Amino acid sequence: MKILVCISHVPDTTSKINFVNGDSEFDTNGVQFVINPNDEFGLTRAIWFKEQQGANVTVVNVGGADAEATLRKALAIGADEAIRINANPTDGMFVAKQLAEVVKNGGYDLVIAGKESLDYNGGMVPGMVAGLLGFNFVNACVGIDVNGNEAKVTREIDGGKETISAGLPLIIGGQKGLVEEKDLRIPNMRGIMMARTKALTLVEPTGDATATKAVKFEKPAAKSAVKLVNADNLDELINLLHNEAKVI
Amino acid sequence: MSILIYAESAEGKIKKVAFELASYAKKVAASMGTTVTAVTINNSDNSALAAYGVDKVLNVSNDKLNNFSAKAYADVIAQAAKKEGTQIVLVSSTTDSLYLAPLVAVALEAGYASNVVALPESTSPFQVKRTAFSNKAFNITEISTPVKVLGIAKNSFGLVENAAAMTEESFAPSLNDADFGIKVENVEKVTGKVTIADAEIVVSAGRGMKGPENWGMIEELASVLGAATACSKPVSDIGWRPHSEHVGQTGKPVASNLYIAVGISGAIQHIAGINSSKVKVVINTDPEAPFFKVADYGVVGDAFTVVPQLIEKLKAFKASNS
Repeated sequence: MKILVCISHVPDTTSKINFVNGDSEFDTNGVQFVINPNDEFGLTRAIWFKEQQGANVTVVNVGGADAEATLRKALAIGADEAIRINANPTDGMFVAKQLAEVVKNGGYDLVIAGKESLDYNGGMVPGMVAGLLGFNFVNACVGIDVNGNEAKVTREIDGGKETISAGLPLIIGGQKGLVEEKDLRIPNMRGIMMARTKALTLVEPTGDATATKAVKFEKPAAKSAVKLVNADNLDELINLLHNEAKVI
Repeated sequence: MSILIYAESAEGKIKKVAFELASYAKKVAASMGTTVTAVTINNSDNSALAAYGVDKVLNVSNDKLNNFSAKAYADVIAQAAKKEGTQIVLVSSTTDSLYLAPLVAVALEAGYASNVVALPESTSPFQVKRTAFSNKAFNITEISTPVKVLGIAKNSFGLVENAAAMTEESFAPSLNDADFGIKVENVEKVTGKVTIADAEIVVSAGRGMKGPENWGMIEELASVLGAATACSKPVSDIGWRPHSEHVGQTGKPVASNLYIAVGISGAIQHIAGINSSKVKVVINTDPEAPFFKVADYGVVGDAFTVVPQLIEKLKAFKASNS
């Protein structure tokens, strides 16, 4: 089985979110970048397939040279090879078209992407890749097993879970549940050394058509301070929730 | 021309999120001098949509669509959009709509913006405001394609009644085998309980509860308020509560009207997941807990005394207000 794991290179959750160039770009100054958490759950499941079922795992990123550190980390965790498509990932449809091209050329059986990235929260790339290729697609995946050409997938639905069977090739939008947090791996020295000699192929993008553009960013207006209510005066809390906030 | 909404239904009823979409669509349609069309799937009574300004319903009835299939549903919506010559397609932010929206966008060669929280900033060029960076920022996105797909964030626009003389016609899109490449084998769904996704109010608790045996009061508080129960990540990690209740960045997102956090300190990952809730209340013994920085109302106190008192007072309040 050939698996492609799509990796977004995103600011760590605890990063300060600021913008530069007239609020048109994210300020990367001093920001630590990581593998997008939803992608990392999928990557870890892919490594499990490699170890248990002899799968071959390729990781791919659409991004600039700075994303190579993130790809090397994925290699150190256990992926076999990496591809970087040399383009600024500004638009979901553009990114999906680049990834679809990689999938077509590489003959992958299973494509794993996070259901959304931590930065733009677009939640569209895995579905668009599936739409472009006509592959089966399951979103919000919390579990996957593969037996031959058939996958058993669990997805989250509002208020529960659904179990699905789907033939390969298949694309999933993954999240926590594919593996648990305790299963995530920290690269060890041996992995880091091996990652240095694994192939990282640079690919130039095809086409430059975009459908959307982030023109500006804004930070939420400063929140007014919390209104404290004395623990002995809970009637006041009910009064505020009823008359001021109007939520009960 | 008409603006198309996908009006989701469950158990024979149109969902509230669909009324919110209709309200949003009506406002945009009025500014562009056009009408609102809703597409519904296997739902016989669509009359409730008229109150929110839907001018026309395209009602699809097909047994093959009894189980949700994102590909098939996306195909239905895309064909409806083409039939109506739609330039704007609106979907909600339910799990199913988030699943199908990118497929609709590909089928219509449309630009797609998700998590949209307000009416378009402008319609020419077409710009919308959406959340990004896990609710820590907004982002104005310009869509340049002729057809646009917008995912409207839950509870961001609200319901606006605006009655229309609605007409209804049946619509039979052509479906093919490729639409049903995946098979649903089993659905596990909690019944008779408010889900986190649908809840107006969510009562959430954390490690401050000291143990799973103390959750009775959290469930009672939720029941008095008609709320869903949720929990913090550590609580689901140690197995006090099921994973399905975990809310936060790696858990379920919450966009309720009221979020009550009991004994949750407010780690940044937790806040990222619940920040789109309108009103946040924190009950915590530690006045330094980070949750107080993001909450609207706070009580510094011990959950074990505050929550039971709050339950009694809310019961009295409900009794006198009903």
